Amino acid sequence: MAKFRSSNSSRPVPKLDSRIAAMTTIMILLFGLVSVRLYYLQVLHHKENVELADRNRIRIRRVPAPRGLVFDRNHRPLVDTKPSFDAVIVPEDSDKNLSQTIERLERYTGADHIADKISDAEEAGRPPYEPVTVAERLGWREVVALEAHQLDLPGVSLEITPARHYLYGQLAAHLLGYVGEVTKNDLIEKPDYHNGDEIGKFGLERVDEGFLRGNAGGQEIEVDSVGRRLRVLKEIPDTPGQSIVMTIDLNLQEAAEQAMAGKNGAFVALDPNNGDVLAMVSHPAFDPDIFGGGVKASAWKELMTDPNHPLTNRVIQGIYPPGSTFKIVDSIAGLQEGTLNTQTAYNCPGGLWFGGREYHCWRKQGHGTVELHDAIVRSCDVYFYEVGEKLGVDRIAKWANKMGLGIKSGIDLDRESPGTIPSSAWKQKRFHERWYPAETLSVAIGQGYVATTPLQMAEVAAVVANGGTRYRPQFVKAVEALDGSIAKSYPPKVESRIAIDPAALETVKDAMADVVNGTGGTAHKAHLDDVIVCGKTGTAQVVGSKAPTGEDEADDKTPDQFKDHAWFIAFAPKDHPTIAAACIIEHGGHGGSASAPVIHDVFQRYFQLYPPAPKPEIARVIDNDSQ
Amino acid sequence: MADRRLILHFDWTLFMLVLALAGVGLVSVISASYAGSHRTWDPLVVRQLIWIAAGTGALLVAVFIDYRAFQSYAYPFYVGVLGLLIAVMVAGHATGGSRRWINLGIFHLEPSELAKLAVVLVMVRYLREEPPKGGWGLRHMIIPFVLLGIPAALVLKQPDLGTGLILVLITATLICVGGLNWRTMLVLGMAAMLAAPLSWHYLKPYQRQRLVSFINPQADPLGSGYHIIQSEIAIGAGGPFGKGFLKGTQARLNFLPEQSTDFIFAVFAEEFGLAGALVLLTLYASVIARGAWIARHARDRFGALLAVGLTAIVFWQVAINIGMATGMLPVVGITLPLVSYGGSSLIAMMAAMGILININTRRYLF
Repeated sequence: MAKFRSSNSSRPVPKLDSRIAAMTTIMILLFGLVSVRLYYLQVLHHKENVELADRNRIRIRRVPAPRGLVFDRNHRPLVDTKPSFDAVIVPEDSDKNLSQTIERLERYTGADHIADKISDAEEAGRPPYEPVTVAERLGWREVVALEAHQLDLPGVSLEITPARHYLYGQLAAHLLGYVGEVTKNDLIEKPDYHNGDEIGKFGLERVDEGFLRGNAGGQEIEVDSVGRRLRVLKEIPDTPGQSIVMTIDLNLQEAAEQAMAGKNGAFVALDPNNGDVLAMVSHPAFDPDIFGGGVKASAWKELMTDPNHPLTNRVIQGIYPPGSTFKIVDSIAGLQEGTLNTQTAYNCPGGLWFGGREYHCWRKQGHGTVELHDAIVRSCDVYFYEVGEKLGVDRIAKWANKMGLGIKSGIDLDRESPGTIPSSAWKQKRFHERWYPAETLSVAIGQGYVATTPLQMAEVAAVVANGGTRYRPQFVKAVEALDGSIAKSYPPKVESRIAIDPAALETVKDAMADVVNGTGGTAHKAHLDDVIVCGKTGTAQVVGSKAPTGEDEADDKTPDQFKDHAWFIAFAPKDHPTIAAACIIEHGGHGGSASAPVIHDVFQRYFQLYPPAPKPEIARVIDNDSQ
Repeated sequence: MADRRLILHFDWTLFMLVLALAGVGLVSVISASYAGSHRTWDPLVVRQLIWIAAGTGALLVAVFIDYRAFQSYAYPFYVGVLGLLIAVMVAGHATGGSRRWINLGIFHLEPSELAKLAVVLVMVRYLREEPPKGGWGLRHMIIPFVLLGIPAALVLKQPDLGTGLILVLITATLICVGGLNWRTMLVLGMAAMLAAPLSWHYLKPYQRQRLVSFINPQADPLGSGYHIIQSEIAIGAGGPFGKGFLKGTQARLNFLPEQSTDFIFAVFAEEFGLAGALVLLTLYASVIARGAWIARHARDRFGALLAVGLTAIVFWQVAINIGMATGMLPVVGITLPLVSYGGSSLIAMMAAMGILININTRRYLF
C-alpha cells in the first residue's frame, strides 16, 4: 500500500491545502498579467490599432491571364481577347452607403441587379474585401461617368480585364462555345479557380480550358479605407493561355452558316481522309459574347426557354431518324453479308404485304422491278424492306455500329448523344420484349427506333467516301505555345476499319453519284458542274405527321411543325473524295429540295477554295484503251 | 435518497458560470461566422448550440456518477484513449496538415480533447496517496513521466503541439500541488529551461516559423506573422468598450482562418472591448477559484487532486489561448475552454465541469 516510502526526512509531509492556495494565487496573478496586456492593447494603443485596422488593408488581387486565341485551319483568328472596362465594388468599403452607391452605379452604368450580383458573390463564399465585378464591358461614356463621380462611389473602381471576343458573332457558336464566370460548384471542384474567374462553359472553350486559360498573375495592393488603391507592393506577371488552331475553315464555315441562314437544323462537313471537321453549324445559334459580360438574367432566360433550343448543338445532340439515308447502311450491310449483290432485283408494286399489313413505298404507283443501283437512286422503300428482311435486324445493327451509328463518334465535345440502333438484344433489354420481324422493315428505311445524329451520318458518308475507315472527328489541329511552337498536335485517330469489297463499294458510289447527277435521282440540287458529287437524300418522319415518308418533289400542304425533317448526306469528288458532309433541315420537307442546296453551296465554296486535282483525262483514255 | 441530497447540494454557482461561458461562446461564434455568411443562424451556430446542449447532458451525467468510481475506471479509460489516439494516426481525418479527428459520421471526434481528461484521471489515481515526508523526489516521478509520455508523444505526432503542451502543464501542476519536494521542483524547472532550446530541433518548420514570428512579427507580416499582428489589431481596435455585436471589421477581414476556434478571443474582444474581455476573464477566474475551493473542501485526497487537475486544464488553456491572441505567447492551436467552436472540446470540457460539481456535491454525502 505504501507506494511512496517515507524517507528519513525531517521535513513534514507537504500540505495539500497550502499548495492549492499557492496555485490559485499564481493563476489569478497570471490573469492579472493578461489584463495588463489587454489594457495596453485596448486602451493605451487603441487609437493606433483602430488606424491599423482601417488602413491595414493589403489586398491580394488576382490578375486574370488573357485566354488563348483560336484560329481556323489557315491561321485566321476566330476568337481573341480585347480589353474590357469593368466596374468593381468592394462592398465593405461602401459600408453604410452601399444601397445608395449601388443606385448611383446603376444610374451611371446602366447595369442592373447589382445588389443580386453582390449577394451571389457572398453566397459563393467571397472573401471579405474581395471586389465584386458588377458591370462589365462598359462603354466610353460610362467609364467617363464613373471616373467623374469617383467620390460619390465609395468602394467602386474601374478595372481593365481581358474579355473574350468572338470575331464573327454567332459563327460556329456551338463549336467554339462560350465562357462565363465560375459557379459555386466549379469553385468547390477546382481549387485553382477563384471567385470571379472566367471559365470555359461550352464547346471548345470548355474542353480545351486547360490550354486556353493560362496562369493568372497577382498584385499585392495597399488600399485606403475607401478602397482607393494606394500602391502596388508586389506583382507576379500572368502567363497568357495557349492558342488553338482549329480544323475548320473560316470561309467554308461562313458559306455553311449562310446556306443554313433562317433554317433550323444542322450541317457538318468532315475531311474523309483524317476526320477533320471542316465546318459545323447548328441553327438556331446564340451569341457567345453575351455570356462573357456577365449574362443578363433576361437574356439567359430567353435562351433557356426558347422552344427552338438554341443552346443545343444539333450536330452531336440532335437525334433524328435517318430515313432513307440509312439505305446506304443497308446496302453496305447486305453486300458485306452476301444477302445482296449488285444484280439482286425486287419488284416494287408500291407496297409490301408483311405480317398481315401493307408497308408502303413512298411512291404509291411503285418502282417496278429494280436492281440495287436504281433502288438507291430512286430510294425505293420496298426494295430495302426486302433487303432488311433478308438481313434481319441484328446484322443491320452490326454494320450500322461498324459505320459509327448507335455509338458516340468520340468527338471531344460534351454531351454527345450516341443515338439508337435497335437490335433484338437491345429491345429485350429496353422493353423486355422480343423483336418482331415486321419492325425490321421500319429499321431498314431508317425509321422506327433508329435515331442518329448529323455527325454520325456525316461519318457514314465519310466511311463510304474513303472505302471503310472511320476516323474520330476532330476539330483541333494543334495547340500552339506562346512562342508559336506546336505544343500538342492531333494526328488522325482511326476508330474502326471495315473491309468493303471494292466492286460493291463502287456500286454504292455510282448509285450515290446518280442520286445527284443521274436521271430519276432525288438530289439534283446538289449537282456541281466540274466535280462529281455523291449523295443520298432522306426524310425523317416527324412524330404526329400524317404525311407519308417520301421523296416526292410535289409539295404537300402539311403545316410546318408537322413537316418532315430533310436529310442529305454527301461526299465529293467521287474519286479520291476530300469532303464528306451531312445536313438536316428541321421541318424542311424533302431532303432533295431542302438539304441538298445547302450541301451544294458549301461544296461549291469548298472546291473554289481547294480546287480538285485536275482530272487526268489522258491517263483515263489510256486506261480505257488498255482494258 | 441520495438523489435528493444531490439536488439539494448541487453546485449552482459553478453550473451558472459554465452556462455563462458557453453563452459568451455562442455569441462569439455568431460573430465569427457572421463575417463569412452574414447570417445569424449560420450552420456553425446551430451546431454550437447542439454541442452546448449535448455538453450540458454530459455535465449532468458526470454529476450523477459517484466520482470515487472513477478511481477504478482511470486506467481502462486511459488505455481506451491511447487506443483512440493510435486510431487517429492510422485512420484519422486530416485537416490543415495534421491528423486530429476520427470521422464518426455525424461527428468528428478529436481524441486529444479526451486525452486531457485521461491524463488527469490516471495521474490523480496514481498520486492519490500521501507523499512521504519532505515530498516526492525524482525517483517517484518515473511512473508519472511514463503515464504522461505516451499520450504526449502520440499527440505531438499528429502534430498537435498545443495539446501536448497542455498535457505537460497539467501533469506538472498536479505533481507540484500533490507534493513534489521543493528541491526537485527547482531541478526539474531548470532542466526544462535548458531543454527548451534543444526542442527547436524537433519542431516542424511551420512551428519554428511561428516562434520566429512571435519574436519578430514584422519579419513576415503577410506570412506566419500575420495572425499575431491581425489578432492584436483586432483586440486593440476593440478599445475600452468594443465596436458592438456583429460590428467587428477586423473579424470580417478573414485574417484568421481559425477565427471561430483558436482566435475566437480576438473576435470577442474586438466587439466587446476591454470591458467584455475583463468580464470574460473574471468568469474564468471565478471558475478557477471555485475549482480550487472545491479541491480544498473535497472529502478525500483523490477528489481534491482531481479538482486541481480539472481546474488546471481550464487555467492553462485560457492562459495560453489569450496569451497567444494578445501576442504574449507564440501561436499554438489551443481552444478557449467552453467558448471556442467545436464539439469535442466543448463536450469534454463540460463533462470536466460536471466532475467538479460532482466532487463538490458529494462532500456532504460521505
